[in-house]
Amino acid sequence: MAENTKPLLKTEDVSEVFGGLKAVDDFDFYINRGELIGLIGPNGAGKTTIFNLITGVYVPTTGEILLDGESIVGLKPYEITQRGIARTFQNIRLFSELSVLDNVKIAYHCHVKYGLLETVFRMGRYFGEEDAITEQSLKLLKIFKLDEHAHEVAKNLPYGAQRRLEIARALAAQPKLLLLDEPAAGMNPQETHELMEMIRWIRSQFDLTILLIEHDMSLVMGICERIYVLEYGIIIAEGTPAEIQNNPEVIRAYLGTEAVN
Amino acid sequence: MDFLHQFIQQLINGVSLGSIYALIALGYTMIYGIIKLINFAHGDIYMVGAYLGFFGVTAAGLPILPSLLISMLVTGCLGMVVEKLAYKPLRHAPRISLLITAIGVSFFLEYAGMYFVTATPRTFPNTGLNFAFDVAGFIINGQQLMIFAITIILMAILTYIVQKTKLGKAMRAASFDTETAQLMGIDSDRVISMTFFIGSSLAAAAGVLVGVYYNTIDPLMGIMPGLKAFVAAVLGGIGILPGAVVGGIILGVIEALVAGFLSSTFRDAAAFAILILVLLVKPSGLFGKNTNEKV
Amino acid sequence: MNSVRKRDLVMLVFGLAVFGTIQGMISGGMIGSFWQLNIILICINVIMAVSLNLINGYTGQFSIGHAGFMAVGAYVGVVATTNFHLPLIAALILGAIGAGILGFMIGLPTLRLRGDYLAIATLGLGEIIRIVIMNIEYVGGAAGFKGIAHLTNFAWAYFAMLVTLFFVKNFVNSSHGRACIAIRENEIAAEAMGVNTTKYKVMAFTIGAAFAGVAGGLFAHQFYLISPNSFTFLASFNYLIMVVLGGMGSITGSIAGAFVVTFISAALASFPEFRMIIYALALILLMFYRPQGLFGYMEITNFAPVKKLLDKLSGTKGE
Ligand SMILES: Nc1ncnc2c1ncn2[C@@H]1O[C@H](COP(=O)(O)OP(=O)(O)OP(=O)(O)O)[C@@H](O)[C@H]1O
Ligand SMILES: [Mg+2]
Repeated sequence: MAENTKPLLKTEDVSEVFGGLKAVDDFDFYINRGELIGLIGPNGAGKTTIFNLITGVYVPTTGEILLDGESIVGLKPYEITQRGIARTFQNIRLFSELSVLDNVKIAYHCHVKYGLLETVFRMGRYFGEEDAITEQSLKLLKIFKLDEHAHEVAKNLPYGAQRRLEIARALAAQPKLLLLDEPAAGMNPQETHELMEMIRWIRSQFDLTILLIEHDMSLVMGICERIYVLEYGIIIAEGTPAEIQNNPEVIRAYLGTEAVN
Repeated sequence: MDFLHQFIQQLINGVSLGSIYALIALGYTMIYGIIKLINFAHGDIYMVGAYLGFFGVTAAGLPILPSLLISMLVTGCLGMVVEKLAYKPLRHAPRISLLITAIGVSFFLEYAGMYFVTATPRTFPNTGLNFAFDVAGFIINGQQLMIFAITIILMAILTYIVQKTKLGKAMRAASFDTETAQLMGIDSDRVISMTFFIGSSLAAAAGVLVGVYYNTIDPLMGIMPGLKAFVAAVLGGIGILPGAVVGGIILGVIEALVAGFLSSTFRDAAAFAILILVLLVKPSGLFGKNTNEKV
Repeated sequence: MNSVRKRDLVMLVFGLAVFGTIQGMISGGMIGSFWQLNIILICINVIMAVSLNLINGYTGQFSIGHAGFMAVGAYVGVVATTNFHLPLIAALILGAIGAGILGFMIGLPTLRLRGDYLAIATLGLGEIIRIVIMNIEYVGGAAGFKGIAHLTNFAWAYFAMLVTLFFVKNFVNSSHGRACIAIRENEIAAEAMGVNTTKYKVMAFTIGAAFAGVAGGLFAHQFYLISPNSFTFLASFNYLIMVVLGGMGSITGSIAGAFVVTFISAALASFPEFRMIIYALALILLMFYRPQGLFGYMEITNFAPVKKLLDKLSGTKGE
C-alpha cells in the first residue's frame, strides 16, 4: 500500500458510552483503499458497536469518522450506505418472509433512478432498470451459490446460506467498503473455507475494501492483511497476522488462559 | 375570583374523574408491562364491572360496597379467563396478532354485552350518596367522596401487594424481563394470570364508581374511558404504576378544565392531543427512561 | 419485459369485462337497489382496504385511524360539489389531495413511533379529525352535511377502484414498493440497505390517505347526508378487519376482505349485534389459526392455474 494515499476510512478518537459503560474508547484506526482488515477481540469488546458507529446506527459520543476525508458523523444509516458503506449483521437480519431474489433486489434501491410516476404508469426507465436489477441480482446469487434458491423464502435457507445471502445483499448496494460482522459464525470448517475463498474473490472482482469481525482465527489469519485487536473498547494491538499471533498482550487478552496452557 | 372559584371546582371534578382513569390505567400499565400488549379489551372489562355492580345493587339488592367487592372478584376472574383463552395461545405470536386479538375480544365483550343486557342505558339506583358538602363554597358530593376513598384504599392495597408480597416481587421481575424471570424460577403464567386478575378488578371498581358517579351505564361505555386510560398510562410512562396514577389524574384534570373553560366537545380531542404530544416529545412518558435498541 | 405489460393488459380487459357484466345487469334491472348499493359499497371498501393495506400490510406501519382520512376526502368533496359546484371528478381529486396533505402532515411526526404506539396514535388522530369536523359549523358540525347531490354510481366507484388497484399494484412491484416492504420485514436492515425509512413510511401513509380521500368522496356522494359519526374509529376497525382477514400484504386479500365483510354486513344488516359478535370471533379465530389472513402475502396471480392462464393469454397475444 502506498503510504501517502488518503485512507478510505479513518476514525479519530471515537468513543461510545452506554449509560455508564464505555463500549468504545478512543478508537483510532484507518483502512486504505483495497485493504482487507480484521477486527478481533473477546466477546463484548465493542466490535459490533464500532460497526454500528461507522454505519450511523449509533452516533459517537465523541470523535470523528471520515470516509474519503469527509465526516460521516451524524448521517443517517441510509445516507452512509448511499455514500458507499454496506454491512452484514452478526444476528442475521434478512427480509425473512421475502424471496432470496427480492432480498437482493431491495439493496439496489439507492441506485434506482426511475421516479414515482414512471413506477405507477410503468413507463420511462421502469422496465429497463427493473430488468437490469433482476439480471444483476441473479448474477450475484450465482456467485454466492444461491441461484438455485432464488425463489425460496429467505427464512427457509440453511444458516450458512443465510449468511452468504447477507453478503450478497450487502454487495448489491454496490459499496466501496464492506463491513462483515462474523460472517463465518455458525458455519462448519468446510463452509468457512469456501467463504474465505469467496471473500477473496469478491474483493478483487468488485474492487472492494473489507473490514471484518470474526472469531474464527483460521479465517482471520488466512485472509486479513492487517488486524486490530480490541479489548474493553480499547485497541490493544495492531499488525499483520504474524505479528498479532505472537503478541503476548493479545495472547493474554484474547486467547486467554487456554492459550497459555 | 370567580374564575379562580370555577377553576378550583373543575379541579375537584377533574381529580375525581382522574381517579377513575387512574384505576383503569393501572390495569393497562400492569398488563402492558408484563406482556407488552395494549389490552384493547380493558375498557370493556371495566364495562362488565359496572354492570355487575349494577346488578349487585338492583337484582341482588345488596348495598353498594358488597356489590363493588363482588364485581371486582368476578370481573377479575373474567380478566383471567380472557387471558387464558385469547391471549395465552398467542404468547409467542407477533405482537400485531395479539393486538388484533385484543380488538376482537373488545368487540366481543361489547356486543355480547349488548346482546345480553340490551343497548339501553341503565340507571344506577340511589346508593345513599346523593348528598353534597359545601366546603368554602366548593361543592364536593358523596359520590366524589366515595371515589376518593375507594381509590386511595385500592391503591394502598396495590402498593402493598406489589412492594411487599412474593407475588408482587415476581410481577416486578417478570415485567422487567419475562424470560429471565422465568429462568429464575418464576412461574410466569401464574404471574400473568394474577396481573390480569388485579388489573381487571381495579377496572371493575372504576366501572362501579363511574356508575355511581354518572348514574348511567351502557354496553359501549368502556370504549372512550378505555382509550383515555391508555393515554393516561402512556402519559405517566407505560409499565410504571405511580405513572399511571399521576397520568390518570392529570388527564382527568385537563379534561375537566377543557370541558369547563372551552367546550365539552373538545374534551375527547384533548386526551388524544395529549397522547400524541407525549408520544412525540417523550414517548417513554413522564416517569419513563428512554432506551435505545441494541443492533 | 413485454410480458409484464401484456399481463397488465389482460387484467385490464378482465376488469372491463367484469364492469360490462355488472353494469349490464344493473341497466337491465336484474340487480335491485339494495344490492346495487352494496356493490358500490364493495368498490369503496376495496379502495379503503387496499389503501390501508399499503400502510399496514406492505409497509408494516400499524395504522388504525383510516376513517379519519376518508372523512377529510368526504368533506372536501361535498364542499367542492355543493358549495363550489365542481364536478365529481374534481371533488374526488381535491378530496384525495386534502386527505393526502393531512396524511403527510400527520405521518411525518407520528411514523417515528413503532407498533402499538403508532396504532394508538393513529386511532387518536382519526378521532381528532372527526372531533374537529364536528366543530366546524361551515360543514354542518355534529349534525352533518346535508343536501349532497347523489353523484356516485357504479361506474364511478368501479373505475376509481380500478385506478386504485393498478396504482397500488404497480407501486408495490417497484423499487419504491420494495423499499416499503423492506421496512416491514426489518427496519434496521432496510435502512442499512440504503432505504430512507422515514421517507417511505410517509410516502406509503400519504398515498394511503389520499386514496382513502377518494373513497370518502365516493361515499359522501352516494348518500344525501354525511355526519362525523360515519367516520368513527369503529369504521376504521371495519377496514382493518377487511385487511387482516384478506391478508396484510396482499391486494387480492384486500379485495376478498372487502367483499366478505361488506357482504356479511349486508346479509346481517338486521342483526347488528350478532354481526359484530361474528366479526369478533372471526378476528380472534383468524389470529389463532391463520394470522396471515386468507391470502397472506400471496396474490391470485401467483396461484399456478391463474398464472398459467395469464401467461397463456399474454403469450398468445404477443404472437
Ligand atoms: N444499545 C446498547 N445499549 C447498551 N449497551 C450496549 C448497546 N450495544 C452494545 N452494548 C454493550 O457494549 C458492549 C460491546 O458490545 P458489542 O456488541 O460491540 O461487542 P462485540 O465485541 O461485538 O461482542 P461479540 O463478540 O459478543 O459480538 C457490550 O457490553 C454490550 O452489552
Ligand atoms: Mg458483535
